Amino acid sequence: MTDTLNAMPPATDTAPPVPAEKPERNSMLRHARYVASENPVTGLAFALFALIALCALIGPYIVPHDPLASDTAAALQPPSWKHWFGTDQLGRDILSRVVVATRLDFVIAITSVALVFAMGGLAGIAAGYFGGWTDRIISRLSDTIMAFPLFVLAMGIVAALGNTVTNIVIATAIINFPLYVRVARAEANVRREAGFVQAARLSGNGDVRILLGHILPNIMPIMMVQISLTMGYAILNAAGLSFIGLGVKPPTPEWGIMVAEGAANIISGEWWIALFPGAALMLAVFTFNLLGDGLRDLVDPQRRT
Amino acid sequence: MLKGPTPEVDTGEALPLLDVRDLTVEFQTRRGVVQAVKHVNISLAKGETLGIVGESGSGKSVTSYAVMRILDRAGRIADGSVMFSNLDLRRIDESEMRDLRGREMSMIFQSPRLALNPIRKIGQQIEDVLLQHAQIDRDMVAEKAVEMLEQVRIARPRERYHAYPFELSGGMCQRVVIALALACRPQLLIADEPTTGLDVTTQKAVMDLVTELTRDRGMSTILITHDLGLAAAYCDKVIVMEKGHVVETATSETIFRSPEHPYTRKLMRATPRPGITLRDLLPEDEAKRAGATGTTAVKSGAPLLKVEKLVKEYPRQGSTSSLSRLFRTGPAPEGDVFRAVDSISFEIARGESVGLVGESGCGKSTTSMMLMRLIDKTSGSITFDGEDIGSIPARAFATLPQRKRIQMVFQDPTDSLNPRFTAARAIADPLLRLSDISRKEIRTRIEELATQVGLPLNLLDRFPHQLSGGQKARVGIARAIALKPDLVVLDEPTAALDVSVQAVVLNLLQDLKDKLGMSYLFVSHDLNVVRLLCDCVIVMKSGQIVEQGPTERILTTPAADYTRELLTAIPHPPL
Repeated sequence: MTDTLNAMPPATDTAPPVPAEKPERNSMLRHARYVASENPVTGLAFALFALIALCALIGPYIVPHDPLASDTAAALQPPSWKHWFGTDQLGRDILSRVVVATRLDFVIAITSVALVFAMGGLAGIAAGYFGGWTDRIISRLSDTIMAFPLFVLAMGIVAALGNTVTNIVIATAIINFPLYVRVARAEANVRREAGFVQAARLSGNGDVRILLGHILPNIMPIMMVQISLTMGYAILNAAGLSFIGLGVKPPTPEWGIMVAEGAANIISGEWWIALFPGAALMLAVFTFNLLGDGLRDLVDPQRRT
Repeated sequence: MLKGPTPEVDTGEALPLLDVRDLTVEFQTRRGVVQAVKHVNISLAKGETLGIVGESGSGKSVTSYAVMRILDRAGRIADGSVMFSNLDLRRIDESEMRDLRGREMSMIFQSPRLALNPIRKIGQQIEDVLLQHAQIDRDMVAEKAVEMLEQVRIARPRERYHAYPFELSGGMCQRVVIALALACRPQLLIADEPTTGLDVTTQKAVMDLVTELTRDRGMSTILITHDLGLAAAYCDKVIVMEKGHVVETATSETIFRSPEHPYTRKLMRATPRPGITLRDLLPEDEAKRAGATGTTAVKSGAPLLKVEKLVKEYPRQGSTSSLSRLFRTGPAPEGDVFRAVDSISFEIARGESVGLVGESGCGKSTTSMMLMRLIDKTSGSITFDGEDIGSIPARAFATLPQRKRIQMVFQDPTDSLNPRFTAARAIADPLLRLSDISRKEIRTRIEELATQVGLPLNLLDRFPHQLSGGQKARVGIARAIALKPDLVVLDEPTAALDVSVQAVVLNLLQDLKDKLGMSYLFVSHDLNVVRLLCDCVIVMKSGQIVEQGPTERILTTPAADYTRELLTAIPHPPL
């Protein structure tokens, strides 16, 4: 905290004692460090996120075993020094499979959230800003989606479109659509008549510029919370689809499938097959949920004091 | 006329009702401990009315919160003593304090609407206070609540007992808050900016009511305000605070006749009052440096802006659905619409500044929004420099070249700046959209504008929340004049500012007008400010123009009763 303080030029003129931060190249990084140190939970979330991202990036190159190589001689072994997380029915190393699966689950979560943020976020601010028929159509559309049990809807979409990763992404995006629309709509609606929006209109900004250049950046903090929450939800959803056989196909390592494969063996005492991928899943969801507050602080300039 | 010793005032050596000694309040913030109030002494006798005057951040509200022990969690009383009668308020525990609040000491807050629970009937809210402090039996309480409403002069109290806060006007809500505060007949009433945000006539009614009720009951009152005039008119004694310190304590008579502390003098000078010029608001040395204001160069010839029979109607409740609007043919049936602006006509010459005055809800904001082409008119015409701009839809106007020529300074400098834009980016916005200035020159132009409005260049890269109110106002003004407009609408540009900042901003506006030859439409509720800045004034009431003409004539010899009423309601320091 002290270096943040020292970096501030002294307040000048009749200004209230507000610290000014010169916009420098590294100010975002420094701010991230500040946000993380301010709140230990956020720091933990950032660290866990870095771990997950690292696994997704370089996981396949560092694992001790080939995640697909089966070795029936070593099937169903409990955790040991050779196989830290044990082995499954086909003798595959569970640690390797859990680590390698990170990339797929992570990519599904990120792409589906990016997709739904683009669709739902834009539709929502348009609905909130324009009101009238735009609002009616978009809101009723999202109400219609909300009317279905969401997981069943996702199942239906994947079943109808085909069992591919792309379709899992699309299905996950669609079921999260209403959440984004509602938040973005409410936030845009209260800002529609705000002074700075009127001022932007006076400055000659058209509606599109006002929406994207003025309103959207202002609702980013709250959208960030939404993004991190739905990230966790998206991972759960993708894993859930795979668990019931409607997603990634075996033998591709994926947390949902691995839990499904291990579920039958829990009764016979081989708990490790389902436990470790399940724990990885839980950890990922936990991380994303914790991340929300930190992300909000990161994108909100008012916190940067 | 409202002051003077009351029979209950005991000028002897009796124990004061409230005795605050050496009070220091600290706040724990992200950057360490901040002292908001430093070694403040207050002594309030029974039946006395004390004014605490100061600008924002002076610690005047924090002092009263400390007395009531309602500081938020980050704040604590670090030092000093607070004695109420003979109770040490720092020593007694929270449950005793809770019992004191409302029964022995109560408070009126700034925003009456926020102080009332929006989903409960006002009668029930008064009952809550009475029952909380066991002042009365349950079966009598409704009668007592009605009686309280009657005492604060709410007409038809039996009916209003069942009203919800949203059904009442701001002034009425404040009366209910007063009824709540006085329900248990407390000995001490703290009124924190009780009339800020209310119209002058409502302010007078509310303040008269408070003084009368407190005098009848022999209560002591602390009035916290930024308005010297108000403090002078209603208080026996005044404390002036600056940056957490008490700089001067005296009876209101002496403090206004012969202020001793330089800060008090500066505040007195900055308060707009009749018979002075704009320069008189500034501290003496600055006024000298600024020189005389330029003579107003009102050019003759065709008016810059001509408004004829302008009307704005809004659909009333129940008919707002767009389906009914879509399928309705012909004009809306009578009674279905509310006329916010009712057939007004006026002109603004080049280089002239016109004041548009009226109380809240009179249609002055709607009028300015129509002139700005932010909303569409219902009928009538708006001619700007010979061109009918009224018939261009508001949505299409944003990107037209005429947009450059009409700009606006908004009421709330905080709300009107995008929180995510730096000051430079905010000023650049109109330049980027509506001028063909190149990217390279834009920084030069921004710095030129910042210099013109007196904004230090090193503040240009700050975000709005890192700027003070006055600096934000300057950014807003720089943005409005960036495109060299012909007409600038000023929508209460100083209403959210402290008086000393207001003085500087008003002078700045006048200088800019002299230099750039713009016309101003100055929308305000404050006649004293309008008097200083405007050549002509238009007085509006319920959507219609009551009176218009040269400022001096209207403000010295008003023809309409309403204008006279507005003028008499303004509290003046006895100068």
